[in-house]
Amino acid sequence: MDAETVATIWAFIIAAAVFLYVCMDGFDLGLGVLFPWISGKDERDTAVNTVAPVWDGNETWLVLGGAGLYGVFPLAYATILPALYMPLILMLLALIFRGVSFEMRFRSETPGQLLWWDRAFSLGSIVAAFFQGIALGALVQGIRVEDRAYAGGWWDWLSPFSLLTGVALLAGYGLLGACWLVWKTEGGLQEQARRLARVFALLTLGFIAVVSAIMPFLMPEFRARWFDFPAILAALPVPVLVVFLAWRLFRALDESGRVALARTEPTPVGQTAWADKLPFACALGLFFLSYTGLGISMWPLIVPPEITIWDAAAPRSSQMFVLVGAAVLIPTILAYTGYTYWLFRGKIQPGKGYH
Amino acid sequence: MLWDALPSALDLARFQFAFTVTFHFLFPAFTIGLASYLAVLEGLWLWTGREAYLDVFRYWLKVFAVAFAMGVVSGLVMSYQFGTNWSVFADRTGPVLGPVMAYEVLTAFFLEAGFLGIMLFGLGRVGKWPHFAATCLVAVGTLISGFWILSANSWMHTPAGYSIAPDGRFMPEDWWAIVFNPSFPFRYLHTITGAFLTTAMIVGAVGAWHILRERRDVLGRKNERARIMFSMAMWMAAAVAPAQAFFGDMQGLWALEHQPQKVAAMEGHWETQRGAPLILFGMPDMEREETKLALEIPYLGSMILRHDWNAEIKGLKDFPPDQRPTNVPLVFWSFRIMVGIGLLMIALGAVSLWLRWRRALYDTPWFLRWAVAMGPSGLFAVTFGWITTEAGRQPFTVYGLVRTADSVSPIAAPAVATSLAMFVVVYFVVFGAGTWYLFRLFGHPPEAHEEGPRGGEALRTAGITPAPAVAPDAMRDARPAE
Ligand code: HDD
Ligand code: HEM
Ligand code: HEM
Repeated sequence: MDAETVATIWAFIIAAAVFLYVCMDGFDLGLGVLFPWISGKDERDTAVNTVAPVWDGNETWLVLGGAGLYGVFPLAYATILPALYMPLILMLLALIFRGVSFEMRFRSETPGQLLWWDRAFSLGSIVAAFFQGIALGALVQGIRVEDRAYAGGWWDWLSPFSLLTGVALLAGYGLLGACWLVWKTEGGLQEQARRLARVFALLTLGFIAVVSAIMPFLMPEFRARWFDFPAILAALPVPVLVVFLAWRLFRALDESGRVALARTEPTPVGQTAWADKLPFACALGLFFLSYTGLGISMWPLIVPPEITIWDAAAPRSSQMFVLVGAAVLIPTILAYTGYTYWLFRGKIQPGKGYH
Repeated sequence: MLWDALPSALDLARFQFAFTVTFHFLFPAFTIGLASYLAVLEGLWLWTGREAYLDVFRYWLKVFAVAFAMGVVSGLVMSYQFGTNWSVFADRTGPVLGPVMAYEVLTAFFLEAGFLGIMLFGLGRVGKWPHFAATCLVAVGTLISGFWILSANSWMHTPAGYSIAPDGRFMPEDWWAIVFNPSFPFRYLHTITGAFLTTAMIVGAVGAWHILRERRDVLGRKNERARIMFSMAMWMAAAVAPAQAFFGDMQGLWALEHQPQKVAAMEGHWETQRGAPLILFGMPDMEREETKLALEIPYLGSMILRHDWNAEIKGLKDFPPDQRPTNVPLVFWSFRIMVGIGLLMIALGAVSLWLRWRRALYDTPWFLRWAVAMGPSGLFAVTFGWITTEAGRQPFTVYGLVRTADSVSPIAAPAVATSLAMFVVVYFVVFGAGTWYLFRLFGHPPEAHEEGPRGGEALRTAGITPAPAVAPDAMRDARPAE
């Protein structure tokens, strides 16, 4: 394989890792986003319990994103990170609150302590999600690079567009979180989640529309990608599919509501009705399409407006060295991650009455 | 302007890195040892069937969950800081160090994170042996993680297997030479045994504390779980503390070869001399270029460093000032604190052997108090060990090749000052609360039928009835209380 091909493969692997991160940490950050609207201590405990065994693995994809970039696209790592200095630091700090409160809220000894750790969990998730969105917007807008180094100031990331993507990602993560709860819970909490899923689905769709409308005007390259013939043929299905998935999502939520009404006893453990899983699948689909849309706009840039994946690539030897391991390790990781999810499958019952 | 009063962006970035990495390493130093300890405890429980081992396992599992979470989130910060604050360094070393770090994520972090959930919540779900396997995998994950990150760090001390491209980037030539660079093997051993000792000191202190207290409040019956902890910790101290000193000595011999100015700073030697003394204490003075008030043992320095009474040892004056460590007293004193603590640990281990032989291990109050006092000593030793190593490497990031001053990101001082202030506040608040909670846990004596993390959580996730159906005997053993 020549250096170009290896770099292209790596671009796809990193993109996939980032996407996995967005989906997986998306729903557990989403829980934090929804927390202010989830009422009842048992409900909150149950919500957190749905992700307690997996959140650490979810977050590890973010570490892979960082370390992977450092290893295979060092120039991107060395220019994006300083450019997004403040949003990234704030995101990391927020993730500290989020991660520690998982353990600490269960160990609170008084209701007052619990309240504070709940706040830390919720606010940490919200701030982290918001700044991830900002970071995305700021990257898409472009980063000033001169002589292999970031050449802007420490407020460049702040713009109406990045604020918009920040809020948009909050809405998206909220949707993922709500659909996850529809899948993993039942009873009152699930009912709350269904309502929230509808609200956040509408918000998400609104933001998808607005961001998509603005994107082509950010940079001529983006515009060319979408509106020139024959590119438009490839791009056209994306909006159509978005509409279809949105429709399917709302229908699935209705079905899930009907199933819940018809249910007279708790779902047998380890089982989940199809209608309860479908909303989550649709939400993932929406994320996938938006992400693909973004990919189509940016390809092959890794640091817009100028640096391509090939400019940023580490020498072939570095990329091959990791690729050999990744080829074995990533499937293994996916396998045991899948196993953990499978092991903790099914509905999580509220904590009442046990032990 | 207020901003003008700030230290330079470079100094702020250095302080921020030192602050965050020092905080981060406090957690791995404890969790690396604790993960292995938990694996041993669970193995002993499976092998002997003695409930007390399971109780001790559960007791420390709760501690592990909190400490590990703090390690993860503080580590996440580290993996981004190379880019946010040391971007020039990241661009130049990325081709060599990036892949090493990527391997750390792929081989270690996912392994730890993937099996942590099962380790914490899965005992009622998967059965005893698979659960034991998960515990072992988490423990192995922590050891692998240390492997890669220390390889990367060691490469910065003794770069090998690279060439330098015209634009200044390091290009990998020989991966074996890069990963197993000269200073790596003993650094790895010394750091991992350091982590084991750190854990042993904490476990031993908690055990000793409860043995001491039990006399006052519990009637007649002894707490066998506290004794298990204490005894295991003292075996560890007796066996590993001398090995720690040996690996440290080997590490010092290596450093003498590759980084003589660091060793000169550690020893407080300014003049090159034959038959150099060992300076026990003194005041290195960087302006006057001498170590004042030195308390010395003649010839011993040469003996320790060269294993020869008359060997020549280079002093700091032999090196141009811009190649010398930038803070000699810091290196000198940190080194003494670490070695001092190491000697105290060796003494603790030796005395424990003697008391054991006299059958008085659990009944010697002064010894128990000493063990309590040694609780945090491992954390101090690893911290000062790192300060010796890293401050001694200055003024370089990649030794002899890239200066720290040339590594830093083009970020304005106010930005770094802001982030640093936020780090300080958040770390003290969050990790302070976590540590306070750990002390609450330590305050409870390990009981019979100790609860696992979050009480019946494992059952909760599993639902009410199902787990017995999945793995009936695992359930029974997971809840010996019923
Ligand atoms: C000798 C061991 C050692 C050393 C020197 C370091 N670490 Fe560490 N690190 C660990 C041993 C470790 C660990 C034992 O593997 C941790 C502790 C808790 C955990 O989850 O894994 C960890 C966690 C941890 C995580 C979170 C992993 C996750 O999400 O599961 C990251 C990203 C880093 N570290 C990165 C770093 C960086 C960039 C370091 C250097 C500046 C560093 N670590 C020094
Ligand atoms: C976890 C244990 C570690 C600790 C406690 C530690 C501690 C320190 C300290 C105290 C400094 C500041 C020295 C000074 O400015 O005088 C420093 C500098 C530095 N260390 Fe480490 N270090 C650790 C591991 C690592 C590792 C594993 C790496 C790299 C892979 C690393 C990379 C650096 C870099 C780039 C600097 C330069 C920045 C500076 O001068 O402050 N460190 N470290
Ligand atoms: C009497 C015993 C000891 C001796 C002779 C010793 C020696 C050394 C030396 C020479 C270094 C510096 C290596 C360098 O410059 O790169 C070092 C570093 C270090 N020491 Fe020690 N040490 C001792 C005890 C301890 C103890 C008890 C701990 C922890 C529990 C510890 C933890 C560390 C760590 C974490 C480092 C930094 C990593 C490294 O460079 O290996 N040491 N030690």
